[in-house]
Amino acid sequence: MSAPANFVPVSALRPAPEAADRRYWRTLEEYEGRAPGGDEPRQAIDEPPPSEESRRKFLSLMAASFGLSGLTGCTRQPTEFIVPYVDPPEQVIPGRPQFFATAIPLNGLAQGVLVESHLGRPTKVEGNPDHPASLGATDVTSQASLMDLYDPDRAREITLHGDPRSWEAFLRALLVALEPVRARKGEGLRILTETVTSPSLGDRIQAVLAALPSARWHQWGPAGCHSARSGSVLAFGRPVNTYYRLDNADVIVALDSDFLCCGPASTRYARDYSTRRRRGGRVDMNRLYAIESAMTATGGKADHRLPVRYAEVETFAVELAQAVAGQSVAGSHFGQWTSAVARDLLAHSGSCAVIPGEHQSPAVHALAHQINAALGAVGQTVVYTEPLEVRAEDQMASLTDLVRDLDAGTVEVLLILGGNPVYNAPADLDFAHKLPRTAFSAHVALHADETSAQCQWHLPESHFLEDWGDARAFDGTVSIIQPLILPLYESHSYLRILDAILTLPGRSAYEIVREYWTKQKHGADFETWWRKSLHDGFMEASALADIRPALKAANAPSLPPPSSPGALEVVFRPDPYIFDGRFANNIWLEELPRPMTKLTWDNAVMISPATAKRLGIEAQELVELRRGGRSVRGSTWIQPGHPDGSITVHLGFGRTRSGRAGNGAGFSAYLIRTVDALWSAYDLEIHKTGDSYPLASTQMQQWVEGHHPIISGNLDEYRANPNFVKESQETPPRELTIYPHWDYSGYAWGMSIDLTACVNCGACVAACQAENNIAVVGKEQILARRGMHWLRIDTYYQGGDVNPSAYYQPVPCMQCENAPCEYVCPVHATAHSADGLNDMTYNRCVGTRYCSNNCPYKVRRFNFFLFQDWVTDTLKLQRNPDVSVRSRGVMEKCTYCVQRIREAEIHARVDDRFVRDGEIQTACMQACPTQAIVFGDINNLSNRVAQLKSEKLNYALLAELNTRPRTTYLAELRNPNPELGEVSHARG
Amino acid sequence: MVICSLVRIDPRVVQMAQIFSGAANTIARFTLWGFAAAVGLAMWAGAMIVRSPYETRQEEPREQPVPFSHEHHVGGLGIDCRYCHTTVETSSFANLPATKICMNCHSQMWAASPALEPVRESYRTGRSIAWTRVYDLPDFVYFNHSVHVNKGIGCSECHGRVDKMPLTWQAVSLEMQWCLDCHRHPEERVRPQSEVFNMAYVHPRNQAALGRRLVHEYGIQSLTSCSNCHR
Repeated sequence: MSAPANFVPVSALRPAPEAADRRYWRTLEEYEGRAPGGDEPRQAIDEPPPSEESRRKFLSLMAASFGLSGLTGCTRQPTEFIVPYVDPPEQVIPGRPQFFATAIPLNGLAQGVLVESHLGRPTKVEGNPDHPASLGATDVTSQASLMDLYDPDRAREITLHGDPRSWEAFLRALLVALEPVRARKGEGLRILTETVTSPSLGDRIQAVLAALPSARWHQWGPAGCHSARSGSVLAFGRPVNTYYRLDNADVIVALDSDFLCCGPASTRYARDYSTRRRRGGRVDMNRLYAIESAMTATGGKADHRLPVRYAEVETFAVELAQAVAGQSVAGSHFGQWTSAVARDLLAHSGSCAVIPGEHQSPAVHALAHQINAALGAVGQTVVYTEPLEVRAEDQMASLTDLVRDLDAGTVEVLLILGGNPVYNAPADLDFAHKLPRTAFSAHVALHADETSAQCQWHLPESHFLEDWGDARAFDGTVSIIQPLILPLYESHSYLRILDAILTLPGRSAYEIVREYWTKQKHGADFETWWRKSLHDGFMEASALADIRPALKAANAPSLPPPSSPGALEVVFRPDPYIFDGRFANNIWLEELPRPMTKLTWDNAVMISPATAKRLGIEAQELVELRRGGRSVRGSTWIQPGHPDGSITVHLGFGRTRSGRAGNGAGFSAYLIRTVDALWSAYDLEIHKTGDSYPLASTQMQQWVEGHHPIISGNLDEYRANPNFVKESQETPPRELTIYPHWDYSGYAWGMSIDLTACVNCGACVAACQAENNIAVVGKEQILARRGMHWLRIDTYYQGGDVNPSAYYQPVPCMQCENAPCEYVCPVHATAHSADGLNDMTYNRCVGTRYCSNNCPYKVRRFNFFLFQDWVTDTLKLQRNPDVSVRSRGVMEKCTYCVQRIREAEIHARVDDRFVRDGEIQTACMQACPTQAIVFGDINNLSNRVAQLKSEKLNYALLAELNTRPRTTYLAELRNPNPELGEVSHARG
Repeated sequence: MVICSLVRIDPRVVQMAQIFSGAANTIARFTLWGFAAAVGLAMWAGAMIVRSPYETRQEEPREQPVPFSHEHHVGGLGIDCRYCHTTVETSSFANLPATKICMNCHSQMWAASPALEPVRESYRTGRSIAWTRVYDLPDFVYFNHSVHVNKGIGCSECHGRVDKMPLTWQAVSLEMQWCLDCHRHPEERVRPQSEVFNMAYVHPRNQAALGRRLVHEYGIQSLTSCSNCHR
């Protein structure tokens, strides 16, 4: 197809390019000027026209369906039934949800949440404002944990070699197998768990060990805090739990730590970080330095970022320790970086923190302890407590012991309570082949997974929303895990299985947990205390006490041997969303775009642009990674800001028995992960295969064509000229519109999004998906640009591709007052509400897609196919009953969670009052850990949102189009160190 | 084809025969306009059918597992609506009585009636009674009872004289037009809050003035934005 003579290329309509250093870009192609703005327009033109035959067929089908469509109006309403309670439970009001406090255990650590329940169905997870790890916000995995509960691929029955068996049959078999073991005081009995912080589970395990003293308990979590544990042993001589109080920190140095997005305390850290950053009306900000071995959301957010290879982080830590101790670091490997950071830290002694990454080496952790102590941060920003685990141990050694004994044939009975060691144990342990050597093996897990396949027995595990338990949060606070629904399948909690070993009478998990706490809390008011703990979602004053462990006589830090520059380094990291692979079958998490790459449904071989060029590797090329006889094939992703000579792979993908969604997604990096290289190795070989493998990234999709969506500046610039944002904006006169004037006299709903606060964690997108019944479309449809997320977080880079700074912009529907989508709708399916919302009436939509075409922000999503699963029963249970489930051929979009607005308005009307500020929280606002999103009535100047909109940093996206959006942004401010000035964008 | 068969060929015309007689024009016109009219008529008929009580099931008494009579319970015994529809003032859903509420009385009265066996069975077995839904809005319509009841919209405004229904039927069409009539002019239907549950309430002659006063007093707004009902 050739373009007509008067064809004006889209690029010609674009404004003149900006100065190179302040230019924002999204993809390397755009950066290099190859295909500005992604390849969207080009792809549309290159596509071959449909053949005549198919066009004719299409027209005849359309005519027929148009004719027949009238007939559907002639169906009578089907008869439906109302099924009331026989004996209604107390406090249940049909039509109004209830909320219960509980906690989500991830890798043993609790996140406090409130779970919404509609007539006994948990439908939405929200943060618990009183819980220290949540403060009302949630992370991505909490939001998506519902999908784990309702996952149709969950294990449903107890099986022996795949055949269904009863609980009683399992108990009989277990007791028979235990008989000889019991005679030998437990010798031959092994229990393998993940990291255990649950006091009651720990108590049950200890009870088993007390009764059978020769039995052994092993722990293994593939992405746990191995280094933090070993690091504290190095520094203090014993395991110690470390956490940070970032609301006291003016200077933060992240040593390869993605603390804003990943980890069990990230929700709290992100909140504290952003609170400090916005302190005092933006005249005083904290400063963040990130030294990191991959491009992470935290690094992109940092005021200064230094990409270094994994091994060099240790070198940096050594130099920093020396500099902080007052030694000279002349001839530093990192130019002026070390001395500048050290000077900044020393200037803020006591109000600074150095945070080592969970996957960094134990030495880096030990050095961080040393630096923090030297800076007087301990007790101020860095807090030590006794370990959270019931038994803190070297898990790698623990697993290695187990495998050695499996090899020796001394393990008779093996109970694996959770986890998936066959999939995620280091490859050289060959766990899969050694596991079947036991006489009796049983695996308890949500899914019948890779480990279940190698065990004789498989028992379905109860989801945390199905059975009782307890767990500790990052600071030790204990939460009771309170279920909201009876087990959907024949599943059991670990507690009951451990009771079975002790041949105790069959107690429920509730009785076990309650009995344990009865013993801990003496006193007459146990019932009051118990009820209060359940209601609040945590036990009051149960956080572990601060301790001040003594540093071992600090050895003079020595520089680690520099790794040979030629060798290729590989770094293993848990996936930000599916973690170590446990959430691989969670469709919400699989499809949620990853923070920086915006990848969905796959992991990738991350590589820097320069290294890719050196190795001759293209993007999305299938390469083979080899390490000492082991190999795996993965697709490449060229990541701006990734350090050279290093490759990052994310764990958790490449599952074979996770379920329909996770099987075959990505590749398993565990296949080349070994005992001596848990987090990194230097012997990687990379080989081209000649094949390519497409990756579904949304980074190039929903492109706001050729405009300037981000406005940012430095704190000093802002202080000098607070109006710099307004001056860069072009605001057309208000009356320049074809719409008639409308006076918003009542409520006027609006939103403000603070770009300084957004850390790109994705919690808002996950919350939006859960609240609004948004369908998952799958990799093929994402590749076809048909993702359905109503809210996206656009990621922009600025600066060179070696070390760009990154900017994040959440983009929901702007709810334009002069909405371009409305006047093109031929059926009035999208129209304005009296309070200024851009309503979308799904039942009216006929699917012309004109509105989406005319939307300058690209926030409308179309159901090209029947993306919703209308068949699977468990998925129906999850849905929010207050939001229509959309069908094929319907346009949908964000409406500021209008169901919540209308509900609050009705309550206010019934009570004869106005809606209070903060009474309506949109799902995204509620989930946001940094409170970047604020929603409310902009007509009421006492509301927070109205105040934020009057700030000088406030600007509207594409204001020049005069759409008058109700969603506006606060421009991003950064606080660079003048000493490092220019170094922030390039390697010093 | 219709046209051809109606054309008469005159045998006297041998050369330059007129194939069509003068009447053909009329016939053609009639046929074309008739076709258009038939299409229009069919569409009108379709629209009428869709709006007819046959489609909307208006005024069709619905069979129930127990032949429950509002006429007897409300009209005869004078039981308040809220005795059974417990959440009508607090929730979007008015609620149907739990079996236990039926048994409050029927464990004593008509305790052996064969018609009430499904109620007793439900109470015995713990299995709910499946009542046929009479007022069934489409799933994309989000109606809220509490705000209507609290703002002076009487039950009988939508549910009709329930106290005169032996078996309950849908008293109104429930078309969107019907909803909007009231939403555009709430002053025509609003009544004092004290009369909301009064089945026999009749709007007074001075409804125009009373309605305006109540609309102001109750802070009633004319809500016609799409998202007030559709989400």
